[in-house]
Amino acid sequence: MIVDVLPKAEILDPQGQAVARAMGRLGVAGVADVRQGKHFVLEVDDEVPDAELERIAGTLLANPVMEEWVVRRVSDAEATAADVPGTHA
Amino acid sequence: MSARVGVITFPGTLDDVDAARAVRYAGGEAVSLWHRDTDLQGVDAVVVPGGFSYGDYLRAGAIAARSPVMGPVVEAAHRGLPVLGICNGFQILCEAELLPGALVRNAGLRFICREVRLRVENSTTAWTSGIAAGAEITVPLKSGEGRFVADDDTLARLEDEGRVVFRYADPAPNGALHDVAGVCSDDGRVVGLMPHPEHAIDPLTGPGTDGLGLFTSVLARLTAAA
Repeated sequence: MIVDVLPKAEILDPQGQAVARAMGRLGVAGVADVRQGKHFVLEVDDEVPDAELERIAGTLLANPVMEEWVVRRVSDAEATAADVPGTHA
Repeated sequence: MSARVGVITFPGTLDDVDAARAVRYAGGEAVSLWHRDTDLQGVDAVVVPGGFSYGDYLRAGAIAARSPVMGPVVEAAHRGLPVLGICNGFQILCEAELLPGALVRNAGLRFICREVRLRVENSTTAWTSGIAAGAEITVPLKSGEGRFVADDDTLARLEDEGRVVFRYADPAPNGALHDVAGVCSDDGRVVGLMPHPEHAIDPLTGPGTDGLGLFTSVLARLTAAA
């Protein structure tokens, strides 16, 4: 199971802004905005219902007051690929 | 008999000793509570002090809000137990949904450590009843994630219901919406604020004694009720 958490768009994300400004200094053009969040990889039994996964995300992994989140059920292989930074390179 | 005020210590709590000292200065008995406790030892009120509980893992206050001791605290608060959350304690009470809103990274990204002036906007709560409405108090602020946020409806409701208890007298240094420094529950018995009244109870160790009023307020109310 993968849960991606991001600060809500309407909430100022000063960390994301600092990253965006640093991109400008790298000479990268065309990046309008950056929001910085969290990426969780959970090993979950297949029997655990979707509603339970949503509850984990919405009551613990993310704070609904300030964050939005996406829950994805993925295979072990996909989760591993998503978990290893090198696979994105 | 003096009222008994519980002070919770989580792994990473820093200000429990000062909070207990503030309770004693105000004339109360401080009772140490541990994060694993499930018995509040019959205390008459609870202070959730500042620090970096559980290393701020996940989100500031998120793990502490789900710790064993907070179950009975939330339950007792719903029955009217006065609870004060200071700094990380405020973050914990928001994460435990005893208080509305959330505290996020300071707008300027800097950790802020200095004295601030606060305006006491509601003097009817359990923790401010001994302070004149509109009074200004000077207390230290020391936090990196102290910017209060809430959605527009929640902010409007808090303003309408007079639940903004403390407001930064000068523009909020952390970018808090509506310059909110502290809020309360709808019954006024649970109060949270980012600045530290427990550090302002003795001129020897703080900017003055302005912070003592929160502790004397709750003790006066508890003694009157006894």
